[in-house]
Amino acid sequence: MVALLRRRLGAIALHTLLIAGGVVMLFPFLWMMLTAFKGQQQMIQDPLGWLPDPWRPENFPDALGMMPFGRAYWNSFYIATVVVVATLLSASMAAYAFARIEFPFSKTLFMVFLLTQMVPSQVTLVPLYVMLSKFGWIDTHWALIVPAIANPFAVFMMRQFIRSVPVELEEAARLDGANRWTIFTRIVLPNVRPGLAALGIIVFLGSWNSFLYPLIFLNSEDNYTVPLLLSQFKGQHGGLNYGLVLAASAVSVIPMLIAFLIGQRRIINSMAASGLGGR
Amino acid sequence: MTSTAAQQFTGRAARAARATRRGRRPGRRRERAWAYLMVAPMTIGLGVFYLWPIAQTFYYSFTSSGPFGGHTWTGTDNYKALADDPTVGQAVVNTLVYTGIQLVGVPLAILLAALLNQQNLRGRSVYRVIFFLPAVTMPVAMAMLWRWMYDGNYGLVNYLLSTVGIQGPHWASDPAYAPYALAAIGIWMSLGYNMVIFLAGLQGIPAEYYEAARMDGAGPVRTFLRITVPLLTPSIFFVTVLTLINSLQMFDLAYMMMSTPNAPAGNGNPALPKVRSIPYLFFQKSFVEHDIGFGAAVAFVLVGFIVLMTFIQFRLQKKWVHYA
Repeated sequence: MVALLRRRLGAIALHTLLIAGGVVMLFPFLWMMLTAFKGQQQMIQDPLGWLPDPWRPENFPDALGMMPFGRAYWNSFYIATVVVVATLLSASMAAYAFARIEFPFSKTLFMVFLLTQMVPSQVTLVPLYVMLSKFGWIDTHWALIVPAIANPFAVFMMRQFIRSVPVELEEAARLDGANRWTIFTRIVLPNVRPGLAALGIIVFLGSWNSFLYPLIFLNSEDNYTVPLLLSQFKGQHGGLNYGLVLAASAVSVIPMLIAFLIGQRRIINSMAASGLGGR
Repeated sequence: MTSTAAQQFTGRAARAARATRRGRRPGRRRERAWAYLMVAPMTIGLGVFYLWPIAQTFYYSFTSSGPFGGHTWTGTDNYKALADDPTVGQAVVNTLVYTGIQLVGVPLAILLAALLNQQNLRGRSVYRVIFFLPAVTMPVAMAMLWRWMYDGNYGLVNYLLSTVGIQGPHWASDPAYAPYALAAIGIWMSLGYNMVIFLAGLQGIPAEYYEAARMDGAGPVRTFLRITVPLLTPSIFFVTVLTLINSLQMFDLAYMMMSTPNAPAGNGNPALPKVRSIPYLFFQKSFVEHDIGFGAAVAFVLVGFIVLMTFIQFRLQKKWVHYA
């Protein structure tokens, strides 16, 4: 009886703690949504009123109308998609060679891959800028797509996944005379689908949220990605009208949040897999 | 069908045997060709977009750039200037403070993961989603949101403080508070990711260990310290290394919190000297002041720190990380 009571109390204490923590994590999002519906009038007179009074859903079309958000969405989306597809292909190709084929200098080369992973992106930025301007890629999306595909982390993660595929599957095909490319596309890739999905999600998020590269490589508003456009939004219309600013922020964040809620299990597991890959 | 396959196979075997007699292993060369082909795209990409720029930046760090883009060799002048420049020293301190605070978030994530890992905990996946949410949202948008909540006069944080009679500061522009306000956002954003890594690690601990501990009459705290933590050390190691690398490179959050409509690089913010991280300083030197050589030297200070910290971590690893 006492034991049961203690367990009950323990569970209540645990949930109280977790709910309190959860409120801290969620509250900023709630506050963002509430503020996004507030008018400028209320922000000045009663900035701390909890509920919008009156509700101003017009903030959303107003914010969207001020800058080319639709365009930025499309830019961010297609850039991230191209980066994901190209990264998955080139990284898993390299990862397969590192995991399964013996070739001279493979260990050294892989070591170089691992070490570049440690170098912060800032180090490459200035020469990269010079190089891309020689290519004529400044203020084009090529500048965000092509360099992003060179991703040593992706190779490392795919190698871990490929190594977990039983070699026997490949050996049967090799006896039948299949070449490495056939084995890679027909046997290995289908068997690492969960790994590809996990890496794809991570790469997509990375590209979608990326800020420093677009900030430096893009100039014209029509080419902006969502984070860059959002940062400029504050630049032009900052100051007190936080209702509009946060409506814009909400618009930038909500589709990703919905996608996350739909695919949460898979996304969280991908992130966990990225951690296991680091072992 | 079978016979042709068999013929093909014997033909192949015969050719292979001939090749071996000539001192060449069968298919070896073809294997290598495939390997090189498959590694080529990524290797070329890394060479062109990583290694070559790194080498160039290293060279730039020993030069001073003229107004028309030429580079003049100045030896170690940039590094000497950097050592004498108090803003660099301050940026190093700021970066280390930020990183230190992020490391404090690691035990918090372990604790959270341990709480969530309990069997038959109701609503576990809901909690998991809630704590993970900030980790998938755009840092730029989150920085804007927090700026508003940190506002000195109208912000939510100060309003909540005022209900308990505390007059809060201007969190985003008071040099005494801004670094910690920023670090708090950092922890808020990374807690969920770290927690998920730890949850995965916890699920890898065999239940028998806990069974045995219970048999021996060990309480929850003892079990946590004696079984959970030691067996979780590989995950702790991974998260620590990742936290170090990410925190040392922190830029987006600081940039967004410091910048104002009139001063996009944050130059008008009185808290900037206390918030400016090494990457931030690099950005200012290279892209605002166009002092390429000095910026390159700053970038290599950052590389030095990351290499040093990672090296120390890997050395210490042998002392405290238990691989099962």
